[in-house]
Amino acid sequence: MAAVYMRRLGKELREIETEAPPAGLRLLKADDFDTWIFQIEVLGDSLYRGERFALKFRFDNTYPFSAPAVQFVVDSQMRAPVHPHVYTNGHICASILGEDWSPTLSVISVCITIQSMLASCKKKELPEGNDTYVRTAPDNPKKTHFVYDDDTV
Amino acid sequence: MSSDYDYSDEEYDDDEEMLDAEDGEPSTASDEEMDIETDDIKVISKGKKKLYEVEYDPLTQAEVEDLMRGDVENISAIFGVDATAAALLLRHMDWNKDRLIDKYMDNSAAVAAAAGVSPASKASSPGPERPRRSTRSASKTHRKVDPAPQPFVCPICFDDTQVETSELSCGHAFCTGCWNAYVTGKIREEGEHRISCMGEGCGVLAPDNFVLKVLDGDTETAGRYQELLVRNFVASSRNLKFCPYPSCTHAVSCHVASRSSLATVVPTVSCGADPKHKFCFGCPIEGDHRPVLCSVAKMWLQKCRDDSETANWIKTNTKECSKCQSTIEKNGGCNHMTCKKCKWEFCWVCMGPWQEHGTAWYSCNRYDDKTGVSARDAQSASRASLERYLHYYNRWANHEQSAKLSVELYVKTEKKMEEMQLSTALTWIEVQFMKKAVDEVEKCRTTLKWTYAMAYYLEKSNQKELFEDNQRDLEKAVEDLSELLESPIEAETIPTLRQKVTDKTVYVQKRNEIMLEDTAQGYEEGRWKWNTPVEGYD
Repeated sequence: MAAVYMRRLGKELREIETEAPPAGLRLLKADDFDTWIFQIEVLGDSLYRGERFALKFRFDNTYPFSAPAVQFVVDSQMRAPVHPHVYTNGHICASILGEDWSPTLSVISVCITIQSMLASCKKKELPEGNDTYVRTAPDNPKKTHFVYDDDTV
Repeated sequence: MSSDYDYSDEEYDDDEEMLDAEDGEPSTASDEEMDIETDDIKVISKGKKKLYEVEYDPLTQAEVEDLMRGDVENISAIFGVDATAAALLLRHMDWNKDRLIDKYMDNSAAVAAAAGVSPASKASSPGPERPRRSTRSASKTHRKVDPAPQPFVCPICFDDTQVETSELSCGHAFCTGCWNAYVTGKIREEGEHRISCMGEGCGVLAPDNFVLKVLDGDTETAGRYQELLVRNFVASSRNLKFCPYPSCTHAVSCHVASRSSLATVVPTVSCGADPKHKFCFGCPIEGDHRPVLCSVAKMWLQKCRDDSETANWIKTNTKECSKCQSTIEKNGGCNHMTCKKCKWEFCWVCMGPWQEHGTAWYSCNRYDDKTGVSARDAQSASRASLERYLHYYNRWANHEQSAKLSVELYVKTEKKMEEMQLSTALTWIEVQFMKKAVDEVEKCRTTLKWTYAMAYYLEKSNQKELFEDNQRDLEKAVEDLSELLESPIEAETIPTLRQKVTDKTVYVQKRNEIMLEDTAQGYEEGRWKWNTPVEGYD
């Protein structure tokens, strides 16, 4: 399993480095196969015009058979986007990061999904129960069992 | 899927919460060297059934698997599909054969797609970026004979040296190594028996033979998979329930525990693995809660959880103002109390009015004074319901505590039995009367415990008095027998002790029988009236 995980991430990294990543995405950090960080912005007309976010991927050797842990970076400089599916601690509620994950998805396809999730947002608002969740959330968003109830955004 | 395929679950899910086993306290049962005989439950389920017993079958895991296989074969024969497809269909319909047959006859393609037997529809379901070769060849439908013009690159691991690929009916091919890692992860990490195709958005499920094939002789994971399947089967079947005892793999099949029948029977069952593995088929209580109904037992346990500590604390630490009945906690100072609410001044010790105390501030010697007595009477009346609850609770808790100590009692009894063998000519078999007596005491304490929960909720009536007479007789008999078991052993009195214990055991057994039989009969006759609304009972 470990071999697949290294080979697969190595191949994804090579592709990102050789063929430029899709518009609006920039690889900020990929020094190892544990944590990668992307800069993500939504191009064109959207509520997030001009905003930049950092998306953090954490992998373990079950990748790609199990989804990576993906969240927005929240620190002294970066904030998570205000979005009904993004908690202020950076955790994202998206089905492809949980039960709809498929091993054929990739880091870039996750980025694109998140990008389009932001692009299609109609109203900037926090998820319901944000405060409660943020107070009690585990460090790793994969430990949270999200209920995916909204297919529109 | 089209809307005609939507079905409602309403008639099937009503019992879910009742049947869901709770993660409860681990059993305290210790059965070291105690497995000699006295499995009365087995005898009962075969022989004449008593009024307070239900019919049920203890099942081993293999027997449950047989039942499951039977269902699969049945559906496979009816639909003319292979067994693995039939299994997927049944799992999709939560093992409800009638509903499956109904829906399948109606629209077999839709049901097969929803169950993950076949791809959703031939035109759609594009899947993810498929390997170039397989996409092309799949559209030609001749992929098996198509000579490989370029090496297959698995879209997951990107390894082009892998030659062996596998795919489900949807045609999404991946290398067998990836399948193995994926299936193993699903089973071992996620505990999931529904294993969908790795293709993105593909809803086709891996049938059992495919799972076993890609596991490639990994018997441990295959065993776990089988366990997950059995678990799903049992959880879906309303007439099956796993034994809740830790690491017990037996199950019980019981047909009488429908929701409505729970108003008249207490379906206590035993899985057959160990006589101590008794549990209720109708609710999550891990033990025998006869004679009280599931809903009443649940209510009682809830009350105990909510109220007991609070009630005890209130009882020991507070009193009520003898005028306005506000509850007061005295946390310091002298006995001259002034109620914050009504400003009434009274004595904390005798509860009488303070003005009669004169200057005797630090000690009250007026306990028998008339005004004090009447004030205390008023106080006790306002506490009646609390006292009443604690009366039942303390007795309930007492029997619970004794039952918990039974492990020690067994150890002590064992020692006594050895002593007896040394000091007399009795054989091991002949001293078994001691163990039998302990068994009986333990069983009856469980009954007694729950009779207090029952009595708490029974409306005051002649019937309740008769119930409490039976309860008293049983309790007396049990305490007498307990005392005999605790009495010291002297060589010369052993024959009399043996006779006494044996007689008393038989008597206790009879009293217990009467208690259970009479309450069961009372349920049937609608003789019991509750002082509070009871779920499912009119």
